[in-house]
Amino acid sequence: MMAGVSRETWISAVLVALLVAVPLAATAAGEPFYVTLATRIAILALAAVGLNIALGLGGLVSFGHAAFFGLGGYVAGIFATHAFNGAPLPFGFAATTAMPVIWLVAIALCGLVALPIGAISLRTAGVYFIMITLAFAQMIYYFAVSWPDYGGEDGLSIYVRNSFPGLNTAQPLPYFLLCLGLLAAGMVLFWCIQGSRFGAALEASRQNATRLAAVGITPFGIRLAAFVISAMMTGLAGALFADLNRFVSPSMLSWHMSGELIVLIILGGKGRLFGPLAGAMVYVLFEYALGGITERWQFFLGLILLGVVLFARGGLLGLLAGKTRHG
Amino acid sequence: MLFLIAAGLTLIFGVMGLINLAHGSLYMIGAFACAAVAAATGSFWIGLVASLAAAAAAGALMEVAVIRRLYERDHLDQVLATFALILILSEGMRWLFGSFPLYLDIPPVLQGAVPLPGGGQYQLYRLAIIGVGIVVAVGLYLLISRTRLGMRIRAGESDREMIAALGVDIRTLYTVVFALGAALAGLAGALVGALQSVQVGMGEPALILAFVVIVIGGIGSIKGALVGAVLVGVVDTMGRFLLPKLLALALPISQANSVGAALASMLIYIVMALILAFRPRGLFAGQA
Repeated sequence: MMAGVSRETWISAVLVALLVAVPLAATAAGEPFYVTLATRIAILALAAVGLNIALGLGGLVSFGHAAFFGLGGYVAGIFATHAFNGAPLPFGFAATTAMPVIWLVAIALCGLVALPIGAISLRTAGVYFIMITLAFAQMIYYFAVSWPDYGGEDGLSIYVRNSFPGLNTAQPLPYFLLCLGLLAAGMVLFWCIQGSRFGAALEASRQNATRLAAVGITPFGIRLAAFVISAMMTGLAGALFADLNRFVSPSMLSWHMSGELIVLIILGGKGRLFGPLAGAMVYVLFEYALGGITERWQFFLGLILLGVVLFARGGLLGLLAGKTRHG
Repeated sequence: MLFLIAAGLTLIFGVMGLINLAHGSLYMIGAFACAAVAAATGSFWIGLVASLAAAAAAGALMEVAVIRRLYERDHLDQVLATFALILILSEGMRWLFGSFPLYLDIPPVLQGAVPLPGGGQYQLYRLAIIGVGIVVAVGLYLLISRTRLGMRIRAGESDREMIAALGVDIRTLYTVVFALGAALAGLAGALVGALQSVQVGMGEPALILAFVVIVIGGIGSIKGALVGAVLVGVVDTMGRFLLPKLLALALPISQANSVGAALASMLIYIVMALILAFRPRGLFAGQA
């Protein structure tokens, strides 16, 4: 796709090197806080990579991906609570704190929920699609707020971080590496999709759905598949996020979260492999740096976001690396 | 009340083809302006005028500075830019007024209750809000279908280039429309401010409800906004009241209450999803 080593590749390599090097150095220097910060970046980037499949490749502006992010988080939280209390889960499953099981459940649940949501939402297009995904997310949000068994509005604490065989996840560094590995897996998946026939059809459905239909591919199935895959990946990130904070609350489901996920992608550059990572890095570091200086960091975040939307259409990567894609 | 916000939003949405997430912020600005001016002057009515002026001015400013660049862009950019505006405006208001809620008193003329036929009592102020809603609905209808400005708005809606070529200053026209929508939001904010506390973030639940109303009613249709607002209001209230009772027939009381409450708060979104699933362009689409 690109001849030689492009500037985008260079920048991406630097970003990845930074993300790996900083936590290692911070651990060596005894500053676990920065490891946690990097973990946060990795997890948010994973969620945004997931959304990027639907939004960047498929052009499906889902304003409800927080629903899946939060669902994943609640899976982690509910498993941990049940395991902590020794109470069995509904349908007689024994609760476990093993992360791989939780991840699988989170992914499967998000897929199952995304299937009907996607099938209904994809009947609409444009503004209506944005609004109906928002409506579904709000539905789940209010459900979580008013369901008292799992904390309701107050959220749910995870007393002991869930475990992964062979790793001490309570330590910041192993947990970071775990998240980093999953982020890498997610990005590889994104890359595979982008290069596959499915990805080509998906991009075609964004650029011209009528033409895609004319060559014999129904856009609906392609879009639905992309939406479901995207939801599953975001759900996985949600489970990781809940474990990172050892807390899950309805705010993970709120429409602000959906907005933030979109912001991550736009900041970095939509439809680009490393866009979400760049966006997440900028966003988290920004939140941290400005949050230290002033309480009003959201004010400046808003200004910067406005600037990016109005003047830097390819996001930060696009600004630095030049335009490499169409549409 | 809901109709007021939704009408302003649908005006912007339908006529200008723009998703304005910052509409809730205009609503908030209206409420704050009313509360601040009413506290300073002691008169609710001056506050009400101030809220209209402040929201319209803020709307016009927003349109000229930011929104004007967005008409040609896709919806994603519009969502993001106005999302950024929400962040800016919410933090800005917190900066100006602090995070403590302000309070507004209901003007003395409108305090008290009226007896309803059948023996119930209804607050006069709420009745007045309903009255304002009706006046605005009729006013908007007349404005859009009978006046020269309304004719231009409708023309701008169907063909931007054509009306510009005919010598109408489309940029100013859009600014005016945007300010009008903003003023309606501000009015709604001020009226509601007397019922609830005025605080940062009050606009967001209202905004989402307004979107539900518009999407149900069909984007750009004032009639749709009215019907949608009534539908959402009735469904929401009846759901909260009736669902727990219905479920109590099948479940133990405590469980029925919590499940019912959960379902009731989801109900309007379920209604919206159902309507969109069967009529993907809303109930009164086609006029836009």
